Amino acid sequence: MAIDVAADTVEQAETTLFRRPRLTYGFWSWITTADHKKIGLMYGYTAFFFFLAGGIEALLLRIQLAGPDGAFLTAAEYNGLFTTHAVTMIFLFVMPISAAFFNYLLPLMIGARDVAFPRMNAVSFWIFLFGGLFIYSSLIFGTSPPPVGGNLPGGAADASVLGSIPNSGWFIYAPNSGATYSPGTAVDYAALGLQILGVASLISAVNFIVTILNMRAKGMRLLRMPVFVWMTLVVALLLLFSLPIIAIALFMLTFDRQFGTLFFVAEAGGDPILWQHLFWLFGHPEVYILILPAMGIVSETLPVFSKKPLFGYPAVVFAGAAIAFLGFGVWAHHMFASGIPTVAQAAFGLSTMTIAIPTGIKIFNWLGTVWGGRVRLTTPMLFSLGFVALFVIGGLSGVTHAVVPSDWQQTDTYYIVAHFHYVLFGGALFGLFAGIFYWFPKVWGRMYNEALGKWHFWLMFIGMNLTFGPMHWLGLQGMVRRTWVYPEEAGLGAGNFVVTVGAFIIALGVLVFMINWSYSKRRGRVAPNDPWDARTLEWTIPSPTPEYNFAVEPTVTSLDDFWHLKYDEDEEGRAVRKEKADELVDNLIHTNGNPDHEIHLPAPSYFPFIVGLGIMFIAYGIMYHTRPYGIPMLAAGAFVTIGALFAWGSEPLEEVGDDHHGEEDDLEPDGSEASDHAEQQH
Amino acid sequence: MERRERPVLWLSRRLPIALLAAILLGSCGRVEQPLNSFDSRGPIAERINELFWPVFWGAAVIFVLVQGALLVAVFLFRERKGKERPEPKQTPGNTRLELIWTVVPTIILAAIAVPTISTLFELAECPGDAMEVEVIGHQWWFEFRYPDSGVVTANVMVIPEDTEVCAKMTSDDVLHNFWIPKLAGKRYLVPGQETEQRLYADDPGDYWGHCAEFCGLSHARMRARVVAMTSTDFDAWTANQLLPAVTPAPGSEAERGMEVFLGGTCIGCHIIDGANNPDPETLTVPAPDLTHFASRGVFAGATLPAQLDPTQADWEAGLRLWLADPPTWKPGSFMPELGLTADEIDALVAYLSSLE
Amino acid sequence: MADIAHGHEEGGGHHQLTGIDSRKLGMWVFLSSEFLFFGALINNYLLFKGRDFGPGTLYPVELYDIPFTSISSFVLLMSSLTMVLAHSALARGDQDQTKTWLFATALLGTIFVSGQFFEFGEFILHGLKLNINPAASAFYMLTGFHGLHVVLGILMLLVLAFKSMRTGGLSEAEGLNVELVGLYWHFVDIIWIVIFVLVYLIQ
Repeated sequence: MAIDVAADTVEQAETTLFRRPRLTYGFWSWITTADHKKIGLMYGYTAFFFFLAGGIEALLLRIQLAGPDGAFLTAAEYNGLFTTHAVTMIFLFVMPISAAFFNYLLPLMIGARDVAFPRMNAVSFWIFLFGGLFIYSSLIFGTSPPPVGGNLPGGAADASVLGSIPNSGWFIYAPNSGATYSPGTAVDYAALGLQILGVASLISAVNFIVTILNMRAKGMRLLRMPVFVWMTLVVALLLLFSLPIIAIALFMLTFDRQFGTLFFVAEAGGDPILWQHLFWLFGHPEVYILILPAMGIVSETLPVFSKKPLFGYPAVVFAGAAIAFLGFGVWAHHMFASGIPTVAQAAFGLSTMTIAIPTGIKIFNWLGTVWGGRVRLTTPMLFSLGFVALFVIGGLSGVTHAVVPSDWQQTDTYYIVAHFHYVLFGGALFGLFAGIFYWFPKVWGRMYNEALGKWHFWLMFIGMNLTFGPMHWLGLQGMVRRTWVYPEEAGLGAGNFVVTVGAFIIALGVLVFMINWSYSKRRGRVAPNDPWDARTLEWTIPSPTPEYNFAVEPTVTSLDDFWHLKYDEDEEGRAVRKEKADELVDNLIHTNGNPDHEIHLPAPSYFPFIVGLGIMFIAYGIMYHTRPYGIPMLAAGAFVTIGALFAWGSEPLEEVGDDHHGEEDDLEPDGSEASDHAEQQH
Repeated sequence: MERRERPVLWLSRRLPIALLAAILLGSCGRVEQPLNSFDSRGPIAERINELFWPVFWGAAVIFVLVQGALLVAVFLFRERKGKERPEPKQTPGNTRLELIWTVVPTIILAAIAVPTISTLFELAECPGDAMEVEVIGHQWWFEFRYPDSGVVTANVMVIPEDTEVCAKMTSDDVLHNFWIPKLAGKRYLVPGQETEQRLYADDPGDYWGHCAEFCGLSHARMRARVVAMTSTDFDAWTANQLLPAVTPAPGSEAERGMEVFLGGTCIGCHIIDGANNPDPETLTVPAPDLTHFASRGVFAGATLPAQLDPTQADWEAGLRLWLADPPTWKPGSFMPELGLTADEIDALVAYLSSLE
Repeated sequence: MADIAHGHEEGGGHHQLTGIDSRKLGMWVFLSSEFLFFGALINNYLLFKGRDFGPGTLYPVELYDIPFTSISSFVLLMSSLTMVLAHSALARGDQDQTKTWLFATALLGTIFVSGQFFEFGEFILHGLKLNINPAASAFYMLTGFHGLHVVLGILMLLVLAFKSMRTGGLSEAEGLNVELVGLYWHFVDIIWIVIFVLVYLIQ
């Protein structure tokens, strides 16, 4: 039943106008790439760029709040900056940098040559990039007049540049986000921009789920997967089930603003609280989308740097899944003060408390992993330990939110700001930095600078605690969130000053990181192939990762297969390095670095980039549909997108006349297009 | 207020002052914090704190234990130069331990859940015999209406001490959130819906409040006061509020102010019972009723005068600042800059200050 | 979804541990997300339909023409049958029949969408505008998004049918695309049944 692949390809080629791009280096190779590693790096760099933007926004906010009655920013600017800071850090930094990790590492950790759908992977990156640029283009094109009937200082018709970025909070609560109270386009940039980013995330979620389910190495049963892969799967499922809900909510908001629907217009019978339900039904799972990748990372690093297996692997995995599952049943704890029925408050208070149980399991199991190990305090280990320490604080303050009456005092104050920064900065960000340092040698083939790494850690750790620690007290002493000034009489000046100093110490830490990164990736010491004595498959191949990942596809017989290749256990259960371990590792890496045949890789394509571009123009078109250029823009965007998708579908499997094509039909099928061989051979 | 300074300059000017303040604060202790929720002044806020502190101390113990374990682990088991540690035992887990750290937290949480739920049901809804006050949120001020007496006022909610008060709340525009930290927790004001907030003050006093939900440009300038008084004072206050405004003496500065008020755009939105009595339906934008303006002691969303104990001079300075340019103090304000002359402002200050 | 339908060289990890082709698995995963998308939309409508928006307004339920919608629902239901026929024809290797049934499915889908256009037109003529009350907003949003899904399905069907016409038949790889579009089409169909029951029939 097999169809001759070569013939099939020729036939394809005849039916299409398009040639696939062939570049493997230079600018266009990045635009057209379908290689999960290149896409991962692009995700990483883009996310880091947005991290810097979000960080600068945070510093501006902190300058304004350093003392009472600050005069550095106007109200409009402050509102724009705090909103965009949140949107940036959540959607343009933590989510995409997690995607960077997923992209780069997922295939390596499961022993695959790429993800299931390489071009879809590329398209999700480009959609994300253009979505991010779309949101930030509000700096140039956004408008933010005062609410209908209101007046700006000096009679201005519109807020300044910084005031015209999305400015209604990342939660975009109705009805303040409606057309009457937020005229102008600032909110549209948020609503449509988040919609675009959602499309990107949905595509990657589908891709990662299929990759994990279908493309694991031989023998890698689900409970032999590294925890990081597990957490990737859980995050992808969370995205899959929470994104459609926010998509609907954002459509409703956009339709309200653009086409006169009345979903959230209270005067016409709309329901502003419905927005909150929909938003947090997405928004709470989103919190776990942000934190679980970091939990996955430290579940990899703690065992490696303690030289012990993860304590209670199944429990850690199931706890992660349980957190995700429970995460869909706690959304209304963001709304304890919103006037929902008392019984509902009680129910959501209880369900919120239950989340603490699996979270606790994870923390104790991490402790159990470190306990009794040989702990190497490298930079990634410091960040992992920092993660655990800070996450404990965030977790404990989280429990106090579940105490509903206490939450009535805490909600909407800096106490909440403190809590989620401990979880997302102390948690997610520290975990991600642990991952960045841990896999640095894998990506660049060089070591980062340990001294700079430690400076970076301590500056971040101290700065972080100075910044977010005092906020707990400030909040309960009356510091309300999202206020551009606080009066001197509130007696909050000293605490706020400490917070601002802390923020600048964090900034210094980030600066040290940037120096370390850019210096070490070129000049760092050349890294050994297995610098950490690691446990997972990505270390069985040369560093930097070859384009084809694995020359020989791995077979796995246990959890932490690579470790068991190197170590035995004595009668006491202590690790004993096998005599031939070094030789084995060298051989393995040598074999994996020197394929005995040419390996087929997913061919690059122009179209993912074009699809991303087209979608951005659709969004501009919707936003400006009442202007003369709006509809043409919408039509052009739709035409480009659909055209690119159609062209994508008609793209030849690979370029006709590819020299190496045809000779490897007998070889291990690999990558994506080769998969057709596999199918046809069934 | 909206004046810009260069950040470097600004920081260099503030840094020494704030550092000094921080040191002073550290050495001589307490600073007045009118929005401090720890400083509860009524049974409702008190109950919340009684619930919070045990949970806090419990959390503190767990914090110390977990962080301590982490530190001990790192200290005991870390690799040091020259001191090679033996290869560790490869323990994949321990069912009994894992069971313990699943069950123990569950028990602790159950112990927290019980008082949480009971306090929640105790505090969430108003008792039937409470005195009702309607609270209406506007961008960016709170309006208070007393259904029993018919009093309508703004920014300052006056209640009798030792009395159960039920705020029946709604919003005229966006979401707001009524928070008097020393008396109670928060509750939203939702357009098209009614929410309730219990308030109870043990003693007479001046309790600060703040809108806690982001409500647009001037969210930071939306504060409130709850003034608790003895029941005698409260009755006197009610009686006074029901009177029409005082008529200024002929020829006085205040009378000139009244003329400015009546002749200008003010009457498009504001009511002073006795001076102008328009049909409330005809007003362009909802705005505070000014009949007893001076009796409140604060205005502009309870943000002016800014001082804790303002003097007459503070009051007048604040009023001048406000009348000269409302949108600068309260960006987005529905009261525009009216282009009043200094003379007109003086007259208005005199008139408004007379409206006890 | 178009990229899944067209992505014929992608997917299909060589192991296929699940035994299901990656593209098919991808479609299933995607549809599970779509299920929540429509779940939220239906929920929205059910939430608003019972509310009172004051006198002088108009509710979708007052204008339903159940016999008409029943017929158009039946048409859509039949299109699922023709979709199955297209698929089984391809499995038999009968390229002509495949083509015919693909066109038939697209045609039935088009009839359904035209019916919806007609219904919207009627409703709007009677004054049920998008901005008359939230229930109307929710009705149009729900049925509109469903209609959009049908239109996308029709486009994908037509691409396959025309391709088959031009090249004289679909290859095996493209055969999988028929299956994928079929999955999508049945999903959209099932969603309509749910909408028809919950929104139109149960009042």
